[in-house]
Amino acid sequence: MEEIQVIEPVALHGEMLKLRKEKQMDYLVSLVGMDWGDEGGLGVVYLLRSTLTGENVSIKTATKDRVAPELPTVSDIWKIADFYEREVFDFYGIVFINHPDMRRLYLRNDWVGYPFRKDDDPEKENPLNMTNESTDDTTPEIEFNPDGTIKKQENVIFDDREYVVNIGPQHPSTHGVMRFRVSLEGETIKKIDPLCGYIFRAIEKMDESLTYPQTLALVDRMDYLSAHQNRHALCMCIEKAMGVEVSPRVQYIRTIMDELQRIDSHLLFYACLAMDLGGLTPFFYGFRDREKILDIFEETCGGRLIMNYNTIGGVQADIHPNFVKRVKEFIPYLRGVIHEYHDIFTNNVIVRERLVGVGLLSREDAISYGCTGGTGRASGWACDVRKRMPYGLYDKVDFKEIVYKEGDSFARYMVRMDEIMESMKIIEQLIDNIPEGPYQTKMKPIIRVPEGTYSAFVESSRGEFGVFLESHGDKTPYRLHYRSTGLPLVAAIDTICRDTKIADLIAINGSIDYVVPDIDR
Amino acid sequence: MEIKKKTPKIKSIPYEEFQDNETLENMVKELNAGGANIVLGALDDVVNWGRSNSLWPLTFATSCCGIEFMALGAARYDMARFGFEVARSSPRQADMIMVCGTITNKMAPVLKRLYDQMADPKYVVAVGGCAVSGGPFKKSFHVVNGVDKIIPVDVYIPGCPPRPESFFYGMMQLQRKVKIEKFFGGRNKKEKREEIPTTFETEENKK
Repeated sequence: MEEIQVIEPVALHGEMLKLRKEKQMDYLVSLVGMDWGDEGGLGVVYLLRSTLTGENVSIKTATKDRVAPELPTVSDIWKIADFYEREVFDFYGIVFINHPDMRRLYLRNDWVGYPFRKDDDPEKENPLNMTNESTDDTTPEIEFNPDGTIKKQENVIFDDREYVVNIGPQHPSTHGVMRFRVSLEGETIKKIDPLCGYIFRAIEKMDESLTYPQTLALVDRMDYLSAHQNRHALCMCIEKAMGVEVSPRVQYIRTIMDELQRIDSHLLFYACLAMDLGGLTPFFYGFRDREKILDIFEETCGGRLIMNYNTIGGVQADIHPNFVKRVKEFIPYLRGVIHEYHDIFTNNVIVRERLVGVGLLSREDAISYGCTGGTGRASGWACDVRKRMPYGLYDKVDFKEIVYKEGDSFARYMVRMDEIMESMKIIEQLIDNIPEGPYQTKMKPIIRVPEGTYSAFVESSRGEFGVFLESHGDKTPYRLHYRSTGLPLVAAIDTICRDTKIADLIAINGSIDYVVPDIDR
Repeated sequence: MEIKKKTPKIKSIPYEEFQDNETLENMVKELNAGGANIVLGALDDVVNWGRSNSLWPLTFATSCCGIEFMALGAARYDMARFGFEVARSSPRQADMIMVCGTITNKMAPVLKRLYDQMADPKYVVAVGGCAVSGGPFKKSFHVVNGVDKIIPVDVYIPGCPPRPESFFYGMMQLQRKVKIEKFFGGRNKKEKREEIPTTFETEENKK
């Protein structure tokens, strides 16, 4: 990873604004909270990227104050920083000055302490609390007065006159345990307040006490529909850090598996979107063909949904002798039946009424919120990591990056359907040429990553998945942060849904395609 | 990472138990041998036959296992064969709750409330390692180590996530459990377990 610039908190906001304006750093990839102990203090690492030049910049800032740590906010520069800073506040207790909404993002409102700090003991102070959580209608904000003193202020999210409907956490259309509070005026949505954390398992905190091979197991379980890609990213990051080169055979296997996983995920997306809109037949179509991919996975990896296949330096086992044959049978089969998908769903009048022109997300908002993947590409933002920063074998294969201009639900749906075709094209180019070679590079029994910070990015099924690793030379990571693909989508849902009808919220939710355990981690 | 070629002994469920349908059937006979009323006993059989073949699950999924639950509803595995296909979105209409996925501390009161909202008789199936014991997240500070800490569980289905076949095995075990219940004759009504009180944070409670 390139050098990390250090900027003092006082100058941070000005410098950031300069980067945004002069160097066109319009995409905030990640904002990682850090605890460097007593010497380094509490701080944040910002990963920035320019969508014009593709240049990456990383910046870090820290404050020594552990009792009341304060940093300036950047949520007025990048919209996604709103949620990221709330996450950092939740985990590290860093208060961001001028941030309009300093509530906890994942944990309960009455949680004691900040669990990701190295000196915090969350289990002791927070036994299982079976009382129902009360939700706040106001949020605290901390501002600077002109003379440098601090002023506390309350912002109102929903006032007493608003009609607020609660959706979730147990609701079939939220695709997991997501919760929305929706303010309505008649049928029109005025504001949405997403509440996350119902499946927050503290994977990042657990990783800090696990060895590197052990951390691999938990990545699969975040975005289980991109299990291969997620694991690919973490393995790639550790391999990069250790200077390990994987054999070409492994590169081929990984790339093919990633693309099969993408088809699998998009078929499930199709099935779920159709079911959200009330159509059951497309659901059966999607699952019928998905099972065929799962069979292929099962034969080689042993698992259907969670494969645990990639390892540091290779893959767990060689591909099954039937693998090539079955993949080559599957692709012509899917090409033959995909027209059924379009006949029953895409060209349906009701579907078009529900999806075309609904839930618009502009290109600027998509970048500012960091909505990558199909959602970003449907808004005209060419953000495919496979093209921008090729990894695996993506620079050797020929495929098209699907970009739509409309930014509505229908475009988001079509991006995914077209990507299935592109993924099949990639697999067809690779499947015949898998080279011979070892499937696993020999590694030491105990893996230690040299000191430093490392990052790796892959295009998972639903956007840019990133791994940020800080190592202090131990056999466990000092800090491992994952860039969630779903959190930006949920952050943007308020913007997408404003002034649409409440019934369209369900369709929009289906079309932006998030996985909740990936948001909460 | 080098993988040792020594084949480890995999701890697993004893395979004989999968074929063991007799134990439960013998148990039914034993229970009935105590002199169940012929009329009421027969009535029980009819009721249990109906109830066990139309168990309606609540669509409740927090993570990975939920996707396998969806696969169960699709054509290949087709849980309609066993009468589970009527997945309800409202706890008021469901007979059983399949806890598919990790239950975190924040979710625990919500799950308890869902369980309380279901109408009796109700059953709980803990699906997957997370719901059984915390699974891979056992050491996390924000994960409940097993849903049996919050609500009573009838059947455990281990796996991460369990294969659809294990789902079926678990659900058929639940059917057997339902079949030996007695509503009219005998005394083995579903035993009442100790309730874990949930208090609502109302104005009165706060005082």
